[in-house]
Amino acid sequence: MMKPYLSVFRLRISNGLQYRAAALAGVGTQFFFGFIFIMIFQAFYAHASEAPSMTLSQVITYTWLKQAFLALIVLWLRDNELFQLITSGNIAYELCRPSEIYGLWYAKLLAQRLSSALLRCFPILIVVGFLPEPYRLQLPPDFVSGLLFLATLLIGLLMIVALSMLIYISVFVTMSPAGSLLLFSIFGEFFAGLIIPVPLMPDWMQKIVYILPFHWTADFPFRVFTGNISKTEALTGILAQCLWLAALILFGKFTMDRALKRVVVQGG
Amino acid sequence: MITLNGISKSFLVAKRPSGIKHAVKSLFHREYTNVEALRDISFSIAPGEIVGYIGPNGAGKSTTIKIMSGILVPDSGTCTIHGYTPWLDRVPYVKNIGVVFGQRSQLWWDVPVMDSFELLRDIYNIPQAEYRDNLTLLVDTLDLGSIIHTPVRQLSLGQRMRCEIAASLLHSPSILFLDEPTIGLDAVSKIAVRHFIKTINKEKGVTVILTTHDMNDIEALADRILLIGKGTLLYDGSVQGLRGQFGTRRTITVEYRENANPLDIPGASLLSWTPDRAILSVDTEQILISDAITRLSSQVELLDVTIDTQPIEDIIVQMYKEYEL
Repeated sequence: MMKPYLSVFRLRISNGLQYRAAALAGVGTQFFFGFIFIMIFQAFYAHASEAPSMTLSQVITYTWLKQAFLALIVLWLRDNELFQLITSGNIAYELCRPSEIYGLWYAKLLAQRLSSALLRCFPILIVVGFLPEPYRLQLPPDFVSGLLFLATLLIGLLMIVALSMLIYISVFVTMSPAGSLLLFSIFGEFFAGLIIPVPLMPDWMQKIVYILPFHWTADFPFRVFTGNISKTEALTGILAQCLWLAALILFGKFTMDRALKRVVVQGG
Repeated sequence: MITLNGISKSFLVAKRPSGIKHAVKSLFHREYTNVEALRDISFSIAPGEIVGYIGPNGAGKSTTIKIMSGILVPDSGTCTIHGYTPWLDRVPYVKNIGVVFGQRSQLWWDVPVMDSFELLRDIYNIPQAEYRDNLTLLVDTLDLGSIIHTPVRQLSLGQRMRCEIAASLLHSPSILFLDEPTIGLDAVSKIAVRHFIKTINKEKGVTVILTTHDMNDIEALADRILLIGKGTLLYDGSVQGLRGQFGTRRTITVEYRENANPLDIPGASLLSWTPDRAILSVDTEQILISDAITRLSSQVELLDVTIDTQPIEDIIVQMYKEYEL
């Protein structure tokens, strides 16, 4: 049953792990932007009139986690092969396979993110663990928080892949990935807390953010790591993540089925 | 067993005249034309046949293949293949078919061919023994041994096409759809592909449905051809039958001792003439070949005579003209 999906996953992982130079460049970029973000936050905190609901050290750890696991949480990471498949009509082949396309693509996207993150996260995490204060990454308050962090990050990853599937499905209708990609990545990035952590946003905006699914993919796991979210809150959060995940996958499968019924492979 | 009955399919195509004025106009109001790609197509194909599906560009060949492989849903008509309706029973049905779209690729671009094959093995859930046997057969007959561990992006078109064909046969399908499998290939690769198609048809009894613009493919492979034009089926029968119906002309090339008088044979037209060589096109419905040669020998001193049947390309062109395609 699961074999085709596992096989796609394995192939994509082994394919992704060969891009060492890209990973090295990525690590460099992520260090650079990590420092920039941290310095901006330092400036803000130095002139804050009242104490924000997150400590500076939590924000710094949050920022490094974000940089290390970027490939797992950003919506702009894309698989151009899939876009080409749709716009060029090569999807004709996918339609001749005795498997569900949603599942195959999901496995492929998941593997792409994991292989990309595996190459990048360890060098960043090791280096930032030894940086001088105040730039150092602070470990989670206890072992259980660390475990909860891994669980929430994993479910968040599954959610991100389900969300990004919606971008690919939209291309069946628009035939051009540019619009969907831009819209999803800008809104998604902001509402996931990748520009500023959600607790630092104004109250009215936080209300909007908490209605949307995006913050469960990045803001939530990182705050579990820093201890900004308690362990009991983390457990109820995991439940909410699972519900969102199920809803997103169901919605994605439904819209994909509809799109495939209407698909017209032109030419040749 | 493949049966199509009254299959029709039309597409809505947005159209607008060129120019800025019409471009702005189409922002508010768009006009569509209904293009009938297929009109009432019916035929049936028995197991083990090789059928050539031919017709000019845009005739509806690929549309038919896509309907038969479950990718497109027709507007009306029925299609039954192995008891399945392709577009309704897509998942159980596609295990029985292999498809090659000559203009598209199913192999993963950045990984060795073998990885794509193994992926297909898992997707089709092919038992290990069957996979190994098929792979050995395909590697041997398509001569893939030296390229199977090369990433697809580094293969030539001919090498890639051989891999594509192999990829579509790994799961031992009983029907193979080939949509322009020889497009862009050189003579050697074409012959290899043709030879292979013949072999799997003979040895494994695979039913082959093949579209192509290369009439040599048809002559080398197909026992039966279906000619489609403007969405309508025009001819269904053997290649010989097509010759009998349309190919009544023969080309006679004669060489003779120098003679200044041009040849004149009733029922034959002169295609080229020099003082010592002439090519004539003879309509056998008007004059028998033997009569034509008798007349020739009375006019000139013959040195050499060759008689050629009309190439099938010419017959097709003639048919296209006849049906005004």
